[in-house]
Amino acid sequence: MNGAAQLLIGACLADVLLLFAVAFAAERAAARGQVAWLRAPLIYTLSLSIYCTAWTFYGAVGYAARSGMEFVTIYLGPSLVMIGWWWGLRKLVRVARAQRVTSVADLLSARFGKSNALALMVTVMAVIGVTPYIALQLQSVSESFAIFTGATSQPGSGFWVALGLAIFTLLFGTRNLNANERHDGIVMAIAVEAVVKLLALLAVGAFVVWGLSGGIGPMLERIDASPIGTWSMDRSRWAALTLVSAAAFLCLPRMFQVLVVENEDERHIRFAAWAFPIYLALMSLFVVPIAVVGLDLLPAGANPDLFVLSVPLAEGQTGLAVLSFLGGFSSATSMVIVATLALSTMVSNHVVMPIWLSTQTEGASQSGDVRNVVILARRLSVLCIIGLGYLYYRISGGSAALAAIGLISFAGVAQFLPAMMGGLFWRGATRLGALAGLTCGFALWTYCSLLPSFGPGGVLPVAWFAEGPAGLGWLRPTALFGIEGVDPTVHAIVWSLSFNVLAFVAVSLVTFPRPLERLGGAQFVNVEEEAQRGPGWRAPAGTADDLMIMAQRILGAAEAQALFRDAARAQGLPGHLPEPDPRFLARLERELAASVGAATAHAMMGQMAGGAAVSVEDLLAVADESAQLLETTTQLEAKSAELTRTAAQLRDANAKLTQLSAQKDAFLSQVSHELRTPMTSIRSFSEILRDEASLTAAEKTKYASIIHTEAIRLTRLLDDLLDLSVLENGQVSLNIADGRLGDVLDAAVTTAEAGTPGPLTIRRRRVEEGVDLCTDLDRLGQVFLNLITNAQKYCDAPAPALEIRVVHGPHGDEVHFADNGTPIPPAAHGAIFEKFARIEPSGGQGAGLGLAICREIMGRLGGDITYLPGPSGNRFVVRLPQARALAAQ
Amino acid sequence: MTAPNPPVFLERRSYRRRRMLDALRLMPLLGLGLFMLPLFWPASVDEAGSPVPMSVAISYVFGAWAVLIVLSALLWALLRRAERAA
Repeated sequence: MNGAAQLLIGACLADVLLLFAVAFAAERAAARGQVAWLRAPLIYTLSLSIYCTAWTFYGAVGYAARSGMEFVTIYLGPSLVMIGWWWGLRKLVRVARAQRVTSVADLLSARFGKSNALALMVTVMAVIGVTPYIALQLQSVSESFAIFTGATSQPGSGFWVALGLAIFTLLFGTRNLNANERHDGIVMAIAVEAVVKLLALLAVGAFVVWGLSGGIGPMLERIDASPIGTWSMDRSRWAALTLVSAAAFLCLPRMFQVLVVENEDERHIRFAAWAFPIYLALMSLFVVPIAVVGLDLLPAGANPDLFVLSVPLAEGQTGLAVLSFLGGFSSATSMVIVATLALSTMVSNHVVMPIWLSTQTEGASQSGDVRNVVILARRLSVLCIIGLGYLYYRISGGSAALAAIGLISFAGVAQFLPAMMGGLFWRGATRLGALAGLTCGFALWTYCSLLPSFGPGGVLPVAWFAEGPAGLGWLRPTALFGIEGVDPTVHAIVWSLSFNVLAFVAVSLVTFPRPLERLGGAQFVNVEEEAQRGPGWRAPAGTADDLMIMAQRILGAAEAQALFRDAARAQGLPGHLPEPDPRFLARLERELAASVGAATAHAMMGQMAGGAAVSVEDLLAVADESAQLLETTTQLEAKSAELTRTAAQLRDANAKLTQLSAQKDAFLSQVSHELRTPMTSIRSFSEILRDEASLTAAEKTKYASIIHTEAIRLTRLLDDLLDLSVLENGQVSLNIADGRLGDVLDAAVTTAEAGTPGPLTIRRRRVEEGVDLCTDLDRLGQVFLNLITNAQKYCDAPAPALEIRVVHGPHGDEVHFADNGTPIPPAAHGAIFEKFARIEPSGGQGAGLGLAICREIMGRLGGDITYLPGPSGNRFVVRLPQARALAAQ
Repeated sequence: MTAPNPPVFLERRSYRRRRMLDALRLMPLLGLGLFMLPLFWPASVDEAGSPVPMSVAISYVFGAWAVLIVLSALLWALLRRAERAA
C-alpha cells in the first residue's frame, strides 16, 4: 500500500466523519426545532442531486468518450420534468402528504385499493432493478481506489464501503418509525455530498479547460478535432433515453424518497424547478472536455470511465485527484444510503410486515411491540439490501455488464410510470389494470433488457438471440415481432412501456374497481381541488377587517364574530381578528358556502382573497343584497313558526277548557252528593222532631244533636269549599310573619290533640326544628294540622304513631310526617291530592278536601307537599318555602 | 387609466399572473422542442448534409438549457412578486 492509498483512506475517513457529524448536527438541530435552514429550498434542491450517482459522476465521461453527447439525455429528462412538470410534482407531493405515502409501492397501493399484492410486486421490481445499481456504486468506489493503488481491482474496499454505509443508514435512516417523517440528518448529509461532488467535477473540469487546454476557445477547437468531434447520434436513443430518464427521475425509489417523501413544503418545488436544472447542467458542463482531454492524453487502453480520476493523476495533480475521488465517493455513498433507505421501507412495509402479521394469530391490534418489529424489520432490510448489492458486485466480479446496468435499471423502474400517472390523473384506472400493466412491462423488460444484459449464453441461450425461443423468430429478445435493427435499449424501452400502457389501459377499461379503489381514485385525482378548497387562498395581511365585514353581513354579526374570534384563538392571537391564512380562508369559505352556496362563496373568496378583481365595495354590495334576502327569509320563517306556535297553544287551550268543563261537572256532582248526605239526615231528623209528638226528652236531645253534628259537618264542608275556591282563584291574602318552625308545629299538635284526643303517639325532634320562617304561619299551621289529624283519623296500626322530622334537603328544608299505618295502595298515589279523593277502606268522615287544600296552600306559600310511599306506613313531605326561609336567615 | 362605469372585471395584475402560470405550464413543450431539435441534425458523417461539429452541438444544448433555466427562474420570480403584491 503506497502513500496515495493512505491519503485516500484518510480522505475517505474524513469524508465519512464529516457525513456523520453533519447528519448528527442536523438531527440535533431538528430536535431543538431549528428547522428553518435545515428545510430551506436550497437543501431540498441539493438533496435531489442523489440522482447523480457514481455512474453519472464517473460514467458520464466514459459515456461521452464512447458516444459523444448521448450522455446528456440522462440529465435532459429530469431537467424537463423539473422545469415543465412542477404542477404534476406538486400534485404528487400533495397526494403523498394527504395519504401519508412512504414509497412508490405505497403510493400505488394506496391508490389502487390498498392492494398489498401491487405493493409487493412494485417492491420486488424495485429491488431487482436497484440492487445491481447499488453494486455499481460499490464497483465504482473500488475501481477508483484501484486507480490510486495501481492494482487492477480492490474488492476488499467494496466491503468496507458497504459496511460503513450500512451503519450510517441504520443510524440515521431507521431511527423513526414514521417513514413519513423527514430524515433531517440524511437529507443534510446528502446535500453536503451534493456540494462535494459538484465542486469536485467543476474543479477537474476547470483544470482541464483552463489548465490543460488554455481556455474555452482552444478547448472547443480541441473538441472538434477529437474522435468525438462531430455530432453523431442514434436518433431513437436520443429521444428514448430522454424519455426514460425523465420517467426514472420520478419512479426511482431513491428519487421518490427525496422528491416526494422528504419534501417539507410544496413551494420548494418552485425553487427546485429552475435550481435543480442548473445543478444538472453544471454537472454535465465539463463532461465532454474531460472526455476529449482524456482520450487525447491517456494511452488507448485506459478506462474512459475513470478519466475524471486518471487525467489529474496523469498530470501529477494528486490533490485534485483526491478531490475528484471524494466526489465520486460522495456520489456513491449518498446514492446507496437513500436507495437503501427507500428500499428498506418498502421491503419492511410490504414484505416483512404482512408476513409477520399473518403469523400472528392475535393480530397486530393487541400486541404493543409492533413498533419494535417494524424498526427491526427495517434495519434487517437495510442490511439485506446492502448485502445483496455487495453480493451482486462480488458475483458479477465487476464485469463490464455492470456498466450497462444504469440504463437497464432506469428502464425497469420506468415501468412504474404508467400506473403512477394513471393513478394520479385517471379515475378509471383500476387495480387489475395496474397489475396487468406492471406485469407486462416488467416481463418484457426482463426478457428484452435484463436477461440479455448477461450476454448471449449468459442466462438466455445463444440460439434464442438468433432464432428465438423454440424457433419462434418473432420472439427474439432483441427483435420482438421480427422488427430488427432497433437499438437494443430502445427496443426494450419501447416494447415494455408500450405493452405496459396498453395492458394498463385496456384492463382498466374492462374491469370494475372495488369501492376502495374508487375512493382512492377520487382522493388522488381530485387532490388539487381538495387543496384548492383547502390551502388555496392567499390573502394579503390586513384584509381581515374587510373579510369580517363581509362575513358579518352574510353569517350575522354574532356568528361571524364567534368564528373570527375562534380562528384568532386557534392561531394564538389575542383579539378578534385572525391572520387571513389559507386555513382560515378555507374555513371561512366553507362557512360562507353554507349561507350563500358553494359557487358564490368560492367566487367571493376568490375575489376577496385572491387578487381583488372586483372592488371590495362591489363585494359588500353583493353581501348586502344577500343579507337582505336572508333577513326577509328569516322574518318569514319566524312568522311561520309563530303561527304554528299560536295554533298549538290554541289547541292546548281548547283541550284544557274541555278538560276543565268535565272537571267542573264532576266537581258539581260530587259537591251535590257531599251536601246531600248531611242534608238528608238533617231533613229526616227535623221531620221526626216536627211530626212525632211522642218523643222522649232523651230522644229529642239525641235527634237534635245529630242534626247539630250534621250541620257542623255541612258548615265545615262549605268552609273547605270556600277555602279551596279562594286558594285556587288566587284571591287569598297571605299574612306574612316571622316565626319558628317549632312554634308552628307546637300549635298544630296542641290543636290536634285538643280536638280529638286519641291513641296516636307523636314523636318529634325539637333540636331539628329551630328553623326560622318568614311566611304565612297560620296557613302553614293549617297544613301541619291537617296532616296530623289525617294521621289521627286514618292510622290503623295497633299502636299508631306519627314521627315528625325536619330534613335539610338539597332543595331546602323539609318536614316529614311519617306514620305507621297501612300504606296507601300504589294505584291511589296519583289521586291523593285531588279534590274529594278518599281512600276507600278507611271510610270517610272527611270530604276529601284536606290534602287538596294543603297542596294549594303550599303552592301559594312557595313550597310544596308530596307523598312518599314507604315500606311501612305513609310519609308526607312538606317542603318549606325556600326563598322566604332564606330571607329570614 | 380612467375608470369607466362598467368595472373592469379582471384586474391587470391577476390577469398577468394567470398568463405567467400558463407560460410555466407550457415550458415543457418549449423544452421538448429545443431538446429534440438535434434529431434533425445528420445522425452521422455518412448521412446527407454537413455534419454538425461537436462544439456547436455542445453550445446549442447548453444554450438551450440555459434559456430554459433562465426563463423558468424569471417566470417564477415574477410570479412570486405578483403574488406578494396581490
